[in-house]
Amino acid sequence: MAVTPPPEPDAARWSPVPPHPPTNSGSGRPGAQGWIRRRLSGLRDQYRPRPRVTLTGWTVATLIVVALVLLPIAAVTLGIFGESSDTWRHLASTVLADYLGNSAILVLGVGALTLLIGVGTAWLVATCEFPGRRLLETGLILPLAMPTYIMAYTYAEILSHTGPVQGALQLVLDPSVTAGLRTGLMSLTGATFILALVLYPYVYLITRASFLKQSGGILETSRILGKSGWSSFFKVALPMARPALVAGVTLVLMEVLNEYGAVKYFGVSTFTTGIFRAWFSLGDTPSAIRLSACLLAFVFVLILGERAQRGRARFDHGSSRFRPVVPFQLQGWRAWLATGACAIPVLFGFLVPVLQLVSWVIGVAPRALDARFLTLAMNSFGLAMVAGFLAVVIALLIVYSVRLSPTPLLHLASRASSLGYSVPGAVIAVGVMVPFIWIDRQVAGVVQSLTGGSVGLILTGTVAALVFAYVVRFLAVALNPVDSGFERICGNLDETSRSLGSPPLRTLFKVDVPLLKGTLLSAGLLVFVDVLKELPLTLILRPFDFDTLATRAFQLAMDEQVAESALPALLIVLVGTLPVILLNRLIGRQRTKGSYG
Amino acid sequence: MPDNLHDSPVSSSGSKVGHRPSRNDAGPFRRGPFILAMALLFAVVPLLAGCEDESEPVVNVYSHRHYDTDEALFQQFTAETGIRVRVVSASADELIARLEREGAASPADVLITVDAGRLHRARTRGLLQPVESEVLQEVVPEHLRDPENFWFGLTQRIRVLAYARERVDPEEIQSYEALADGEWEGRVVARTSENIYNISHMASMVAALGQEAAEEWARGVVANFARPPQGNDTDQIRDVASGIGDVALVNSYYVGRLLNADDAASRELGERVGIIFPNQEDRGAHVNVSGIGVTAHAPNRDHAVRLIEFLVSEEAQRAFAEANFEYPVREGIDWAPTLRSWGTFRADDLELNRLGELNNEAVRIFDRAGWR
Repeated sequence: MAVTPPPEPDAARWSPVPPHPPTNSGSGRPGAQGWIRRRLSGLRDQYRPRPRVTLTGWTVATLIVVALVLLPIAAVTLGIFGESSDTWRHLASTVLADYLGNSAILVLGVGALTLLIGVGTAWLVATCEFPGRRLLETGLILPLAMPTYIMAYTYAEILSHTGPVQGALQLVLDPSVTAGLRTGLMSLTGATFILALVLYPYVYLITRASFLKQSGGILETSRILGKSGWSSFFKVALPMARPALVAGVTLVLMEVLNEYGAVKYFGVSTFTTGIFRAWFSLGDTPSAIRLSACLLAFVFVLILGERAQRGRARFDHGSSRFRPVVPFQLQGWRAWLATGACAIPVLFGFLVPVLQLVSWVIGVAPRALDARFLTLAMNSFGLAMVAGFLAVVIALLIVYSVRLSPTPLLHLASRASSLGYSVPGAVIAVGVMVPFIWIDRQVAGVVQSLTGGSVGLILTGTVAALVFAYVVRFLAVALNPVDSGFERICGNLDETSRSLGSPPLRTLFKVDVPLLKGTLLSAGLLVFVDVLKELPLTLILRPFDFDTLATRAFQLAMDEQVAESALPALLIVLVGTLPVILLNRLIGRQRTKGSYG
Repeated sequence: MPDNLHDSPVSSSGSKVGHRPSRNDAGPFRRGPFILAMALLFAVVPLLAGCEDESEPVVNVYSHRHYDTDEALFQQFTAETGIRVRVVSASADELIARLEREGAASPADVLITVDAGRLHRARTRGLLQPVESEVLQEVVPEHLRDPENFWFGLTQRIRVLAYARERVDPEEIQSYEALADGEWEGRVVARTSENIYNISHMASMVAALGQEAAEEWARGVVANFARPPQGNDTDQIRDVASGIGDVALVNSYYVGRLLNADDAASRELGERVGIIFPNQEDRGAHVNVSGIGVTAHAPNRDHAVRLIEFLVSEEAQRAFAEANFEYPVREGIDWAPTLRSWGTFRADDLELNRLGELNNEAVRIFDRAGWR
């Protein structure tokens, strides 16, 4: 490796570790080790190739892709600088405070709950052994396949007057006492719990993968040095899993902010329902845009905060030898407590609603099940696969470009490309139409001048527009895990490969992609499942006579035919479940294989 | 922990190779799934996008109605005329947004909504065109279509009061205005003001009472709520049946659906509520329509008109009334037995475009009154 002379003013930014003396904090040795480690990594950082200022092909490609992704969002948000309309003043003086308050409570509540459930269960299944662990390990991901609106309808039904819960309670209690159950669920608190139950797998998945990739050696060292299991968890494992943890929670919070179906049904006014109120109920697009822009600003702060908290820390374990964590055998009541703790989210986030769906399906299956459902499933599956694949490829491009030349511009671009995830689907859908219709008009103009004939919209209202919109919307879902996956690959692997003569593309495919295979697949599958569940965007942009499982389920539910909607709903859940199980097996293999050097 | 001391590029990557001997056999990178996905990308997308036969006569429908009845009717239309009906269904608001963006290039021929206010909005935004059709002028009563024939009602929907038979004497509550009376405190249930049926109903209240009285009324109703607004129309009926509230503001066909449901539990719930057509002594019960209009740039205008004429034909109107318990717009159609059992009633003959004109005023009143 060629040694580049470092000490230029600029270089200081990339070799930031000052040679401060070892701090002797109680247990001496880790401090000294840490110092040596920091020193070494400082040296390595010095020899890391500094970012080139010239525009490489990677940079240009990334900037183009990010610009494309941001185009629809820009198309909707450019109107923000217009005059403050009468409608805006009306909203600000009457309901805006309510929207803000409810959204804040929802964000905090769901964030805290998903952290608690996600990290707790991830830690238990990754490092402990207890009855049913293997089963629960997979089971804990399953709620991911439940769309929130279906969850909301189903629980409202389970707790309804004619539902099983009230039926059982009425045996001992007066019906007037139990009648409020459903009303109680359909509230801000109820929405918080429902959302947390479906969203915690984001935290669980990413955090567990991170726990599994932590070398057992580090945890063992911590315990040998006298830390208890809990202390090791809080002092070692959790800080090391921080990027994963924050990536997971960020996804959850963005999902909460644009949540529409469930909160609308429950009658909880949030920022998103406010956007729709301004846009549709009041027919005032500028006010809707203004609200969207507020939401975007908030999310951008969230994204920047997430990056900032990673700071200059590095989270690869710096070890060339990986030993998987040896599961800690829990005994007696502790073991069963762990089983119980992990079973509860699976039970309420998946089994209970699925059983309810199944019982409906049994009632209506004879007249609802026909060949059409095969088409629905195929449509959903095909769209989700293509969108998932594209999202991962683009995420890989963006993250790898930033790694090749970490210029401020690229950093900003990569952060901005996550924005789509926080924008309500319907807003993106309308934004996507702007560039597509523009292209169509140009094409139509050319065709007309050549042949004199007229063509309609060629791309708008096709699957291509739909897939593009999915990528805009769900890029963050792929970007976050890919990014935190790369964080755990030592830069020197890339450098070695490139110093041995492999160009970046070859290095990416020969070194990084194989190492990241699990991460890439999980990223792709997260997008897959999200697309499968996606609703408002699909409704607006889809071609004629094109239904997916989600649109079918939603329309039946909208027409208040909940039982009939159970069949497509159940199919979404089942189709979503298969890849989830596959994904789990892939991550599970990390247990025995190495990690990222 | 000597690991750290080996933390140099060479040993790190060297040990990596040692870790994964299988990689050398399986090739550096398993391409299978990716090739599969790429194949899908290039095969499926054009397949889905390009499977249109240009020569076939079609009519393109943007619809907010997505009932099985409508689908069966479209199939029947195709069987009778050879014109294929292609549908995109979403909410009227979203479809209007799509029409606006598509402009003159829009493939849509007709827009179907479940509310007159939205048709009016589409009209004022220049998305519809007038239709001269003797059939339509004759069949659709004047107050159920646009005065300049930009849109036509297909079915009538009546906003009624559903009351708990056990606890309420229908004589006690004979008007919408009564919902705001003090004696109904803690007894009224309704859905949120985001719902278009509520917005249009409020618009009709503004038309009848004026803005101030309508706002006063909204405050009174909010004060009487048994619980915060939530759920859909069916949920309101069930909350009345199960004792959470005593009276609900709903569209009548939701009660009809419960009464004719497949499962006994739903039917039993339906039996527990009665319906009242309010304001029979003055303006009559609030009427809205599910309606249809030809889009401004319809590429298949003639087919579109034929479709509309078909949808107001006797058989189509009977199908609407029987399957979904809505009231037909065409006169002389036999009502479904459930509708007959509710009897005839006086309907408000307010010009329906007013619902659209007063839409914003209505939403603002809800916000000011705290009806979320």
